[in-house]
Amino acid sequence: MSDTSATQRVKFYQTGTHTVGNRLLDEADRTVQASMERANAITSGHRACQGCGEALGARYALDSAMRATEGKLVAVNATGCLEVFTTPYPETSWQIPWLHSLFGNAPAVAAGVAAAFRVKGREDVRVVAQGGDGGTADIGFGCLSGMFERNDDVLYICYDNEAYMNTGVQRSSATPPAARTATTPAVGDAPGNVFGTGKNLPLIAMAHNIPYVATASVANLHDLEAKVEKAMGMRGARYIHVMVPCPLGWGSASDATINLARMAVESGLFPLFEAEHGAVTKTNKIRHQIPVADYLRPQLRFAHLFKKDRENTESLQRIQRMADANIKRFDLLEDGGSAQ
Amino acid sequence: MTMTPPFAITLDPGTSLANETGSWRTERPVYLDRMPPCNNGCPAGENIQQWLYHAEAGDYFTAWQKLMEDNPLPGVMGRVCYHPCESVCNRAQLDEAVGIHAVERFLGRQAWEQKWTPEFTAEPSGKRVLVVGAGPSGLSAAYHLTRLGHAVTVREAGPMAGGMMRFGIPKYRLPRDVLDYEIQRILDMGVELQLNTTVDDIEAAFTQEGFNAVFVAVGAHLAKRINIPANAAGKILDAVSVLRDMETGAEPPQLGRRVIVYGGGNTAMDVARTTKRLGADDTMIVYRRSRNEMPAHDFEAREAEEEGVMIHWLRTIKYIDETTFTVEKMEIDEAGRPQPTGVVETIEADTLILALGQDVDTSFLENVAGVELAGDGVVSVNDQMMTGRDGLFAGGDMVPSERTVTVAVGHGKKAARHIDAWLRDTLFESAEKPELSKFTDLNTWYYDDAPRAIQPTLNLVRRQSGFDEILQGLTEDNALFEARRCLSCGNCFECDNCYGICPDNAVEKLGPGNRFAFKYDYCKGCGICATECPCGAIKMMAEEI
Repeated sequence: MSDTSATQRVKFYQTGTHTVGNRLLDEADRTVQASMERANAITSGHRACQGCGEALGARYALDSAMRATEGKLVAVNATGCLEVFTTPYPETSWQIPWLHSLFGNAPAVAAGVAAAFRVKGREDVRVVAQGGDGGTADIGFGCLSGMFERNDDVLYICYDNEAYMNTGVQRSSATPPAARTATTPAVGDAPGNVFGTGKNLPLIAMAHNIPYVATASVANLHDLEAKVEKAMGMRGARYIHVMVPCPLGWGSASDATINLARMAVESGLFPLFEAEHGAVTKTNKIRHQIPVADYLRPQLRFAHLFKKDRENTESLQRIQRMADANIKRFDLLEDGGSAQ
Repeated sequence: MTMTPPFAITLDPGTSLANETGSWRTERPVYLDRMPPCNNGCPAGENIQQWLYHAEAGDYFTAWQKLMEDNPLPGVMGRVCYHPCESVCNRAQLDEAVGIHAVERFLGRQAWEQKWTPEFTAEPSGKRVLVVGAGPSGLSAAYHLTRLGHAVTVREAGPMAGGMMRFGIPKYRLPRDVLDYEIQRILDMGVELQLNTTVDDIEAAFTQEGFNAVFVAVGAHLAKRINIPANAAGKILDAVSVLRDMETGAEPPQLGRRVIVYGGGNTAMDVARTTKRLGADDTMIVYRRSRNEMPAHDFEAREAEEEGVMIHWLRTIKYIDETTFTVEKMEIDEAGRPQPTGVVETIEADTLILALGQDVDTSFLENVAGVELAGDGVVSVNDQMMTGRDGLFAGGDMVPSERTVTVAVGHGKKAARHIDAWLRDTLFESAEKPELSKFTDLNTWYYDDAPRAIQPTLNLVRRQSGFDEILQGLTEDNALFEARRCLSCGNCFECDNCYGICPDNAVEKLGPGNRFAFKYDYCKGCGICATECPCGAIKMMAEEI
């Protein structure tokens, strides 16, 4: 088909790049997940809950990394849901070389794997380390910071479901304010997680001046895959932070996973951006902006904010201000428009 | 390179495929095909969504062939159909309805330029069918009967084929070259057309001429009249004759400077707009009810007004004295009926054109035993479009229905199917309709935002002075864009979403054209696939536990 035909000229493809595949798009513009030849890094039979965002996010990221490295990939895993649900001894769901050691040392182990390959002259084999938000932001933080600081040739992917879900939904330093967890119950004057606490891992990673930092969402597959592919095209320490909703810990319907991830982005609470060597290089614009309440309401961990006749407007406003601050900081609206 | 097993492992690792997580499930996803609202709303029974699907990919030929399976007149229909499909299009709730008619018209144009002919395979049945009337219904029946293998003869009382498409719809809405071309294409399939031939003896067609079945579709051409008290009546014409004379090449009617058109239907609008083009300074429509109750489509009234036609709503003509018309103001009562108010005013006009509806001339059926009339002088047919006379079928404006070209074409198709079944001594049963695809079944996040492509229109001055077509066609780029606005409501278009977003890798992709299958051994029933399916082609069903 020549480039001048209308099918190529008309840059409108029914669903564009919003769906996983699209018969009207060129093959090259379709996702790894649309391919019948995708690696399926995590195969069926794993023990993740119904509607698990992490199982999805990890397959998205690793399948994409597998394609980018033509299958020469080793994955190192921190302890966490992903490790537990994929490898109940003696079964494994992994269809790629995969290694687990401890909760806190995945970045160090991955750095070691990369070093070993370098020594063996096999720098064509690439290394991905991965963990949940607890293993990344809390328990493995020291090792991660060291891996960044040394600029080890590892892509670290954090699947952020905003608490320690595997052990029974305890608060992590990535748990958002007001969220109810087992350790931040929705009681008293300030129910749920305390405002003003926690860490922003992507920004901390940027502060290490590493070559590449990005945030991604299971609700935007094309974007996620592009970021993984870009990261695998670089050397040195790289970091991708993927938001993965957790039906169990968030108290949400199992079919709502993608939609919640989407609403986190659309409300401004979870900005999608890329940064290189400490500077933001690209942000994804919000497509249809929504108030944070739309995102929070379907989640039982925020149910105390929406009690009948006693809506916690103060907390909602504080969360909205967080979203607004993100929108301003990352310039998330088209044409630089104002929030709302 | 030799592999030494890791020291700490005593069991070989096995795959998690041994763990059939399908047992967790309380609901199972199932693929289904829902009825798209456009298809459901099409009186001609077109599979609109399917031909749009092919058009989206630039495969206009396949799209056109699909279209032609149901409708022999895409170029005509893309212009004159009131597109009920677009009125029910789910996309209207998102931004604007898909411009289906414009794509249909584009495909009609492609077929003309590329000289495409409809593809069909049918063994000659050896049966002969007579079609009486070469309007949209008769032509459609002839076309579909031919596709089914029967030999068809069409007899038309008038000098040209087309019926109301030619003698009712003005040129500025349907250029005659388009109509002629699409009629000729039907005749080229082997349909025999006999013009200026009336059929007075239906029974003889069966007995003496040996036709195996007869389809009558003579339309409704008799203008309704009313009695208006008059001292001295001026010039009074009827709309049907005025429009017919425009076609037959008769002298244009001498209308005078000021014209009143009496009526509020589409014919009233057509004739009013025609008089403007013939040079009337003032054309006024007098209609006894208001805009809300008029039978004409709103766009027709709007276009008439744009062209300078003045519409007097809520008026009846009480009395005529040469060029002075006394009209009474009406008001709409609670039941929606016009009631007189006693308030009168006068309007000056040279000509009155009555556009009060048409009746069917059924006199040629009077002696056919078994044929019954329904109310309003139209012919009764059963659900197979057959009259009380065995083998005699009827359709179009002469049977109870909405009187549009599209309905007539639909009648022709329906009748052809039943005639075919009747000739083969079977019964045609239409496939059961699946559930309707509702807007709420869709996940509209996934569709690109896109307003409708606008068809260019002729400028107003040329509209007021000539019969050139008002609405122009879309370019290929715009037509392709418009086709791609289709949401494919209720039917899988292989976007790969379910395959991609299953956390359990429990959807199997079967390859282009073959859609997908669920791996129920592993599907946990989370429902993400159903929620994230853009077009609502997956449904969650409770498992029996």
